[in-house]
Amino acid sequence: MSAEDHSAHGHAGETHGHGSMGSYMIGFGLSVFLTAIPFWLVMSGVLGSPELTAMAILAFAFVQIVVHMIFFLHMNTRSQGGWTMMALIFTVVLVVITLSGSMWVMYHLNHNMMPHGDTQAIHDMSRMP
Amino acid sequence: MASASIVDTAFLDAEGRPLFHLPHEPHRPEGSSTMLGFWLYLMSDCLIFACLFATYAVLGSSYAAGPGPKDLFDLPLVALNTAMLLFSSITYGFAMLAMEKNRNAATQGWLAVTGLFGLTFLGIELYEFHHLIVEGATPMRSGFLSAFFTLVGTHGLHVTFGLIWLVTLMVQVAKKGLIPANQRRLMCLSMFWHFLDVIWIGVFTFVYLMGMLR
Repeated sequence: MSAEDHSAHGHAGETHGHGSMGSYMIGFGLSVFLTAIPFWLVMSGVLGSPELTAMAILAFAFVQIVVHMIFFLHMNTRSQGGWTMMALIFTVVLVVITLSGSMWVMYHLNHNMMPHGDTQAIHDMSRMP
Repeated sequence: MASASIVDTAFLDAEGRPLFHLPHEPHRPEGSSTMLGFWLYLMSDCLIFACLFATYAVLGSSYAAGPGPKDLFDLPLVALNTAMLLFSSITYGFAMLAMEKNRNAATQGWLAVTGLFGLTFLGIELYEFHHLIVEGATPMRSGFLSAFFTLVGTHGLHVTFGLIWLVTLMVQVAKKGLIPANQRRLMCLSMFWHFLDVIWIGVFTFVYLMGMLR
C-alpha cells in the first residue's frame, strides 16, 4: 500500500511527462511548418523588403520555440510545483536583458570609433600641442 | 489566534516542548528532484548561449573587409542540417514513448536512429566548417567569423557531448535494462536533446537566415 503511494507520488512529482504519440506528432508537424516557411521566405524573397522578412522570420522562430517548449520539453505551470516555469521565466528575463542590453549599448560602437565631423573639433590631434 | 494555536500544537514534541524543525522530514522518492536540477542546468546553459548570441549580435557585421554571410552561407545545406536535428528530436520522442511502454528493443532502436541523425548533423556542420576554412574564412579572419564559429561551434560541441551521452546510455540500457535510474537518465538526455533543438532555432534564424538578409 505504502509502496503504491510512493510510486504514485513519484510519478505525479515528475517534472516532465513523456507526452503522447499525438502530442509529439502535432509538435513535429508544427515544427516542420514553422521551419519551412522562414527558409522559403528568405530563399524566395517573396516579401520584398528585408526588414519585413526579418520581422516575419523572428516571429516564426518565437512561435517555434514555444511549440518546442510545450510539445517536446513538456513545459507547463504544474511540474515541480511550478518551479521549472519560474526558472524559465527568470532565464527569459536574463536572456532579454543580455541580448537587448548588449545590442543597445554597442549599437553606436562602430560609429563612435570613427573620427568624423562633430567629434573632430574636440579630438583633432593636429591641433594638439 | 486559532491558526496560531494550530501551528503551536503541530510543532510540539512528545513532552510538550516546542520544536524548531519539522517533526518528520517530508518523504522524497529517489530522483524526484533530478529533473528540476537538470532543468536549472539547462537554464544556465541557456545563459551561455545568450552571451554568445549577444556577442554575435555585436560583432556580426564586423567583416574587416572579409567575406560576409552572403558570400559564405549555403541555405539549402543549413535547411538539410535543420531537418536532421528536427528528425532526431522526433525520433528521441519515439524512444521516450517506447521507454514508457517498457519496450527495451524499441527504445534502443529509436535511440540509435536519433544518434545517426545527430551524427549526420555533426557531419554536415563539420563539412561546412571545413569548406569555410579552406576558403580562408577562418575564425581569425574577422570579428564576424570569430563570433560565428564560437556560437555555432559551441552548439556543435553540445551535440557532440549529447551523442557521447546517448551512446553511454545505450550501453547502460543494454546492460541493466530500463531500470528507474536509466529511465531518469534518458529523460534528462531527452530534455538536453530537445533543448539543443531550441537553441538551433535561434541559430538558423538569427545567424543564417538574418545573415542572408543583410
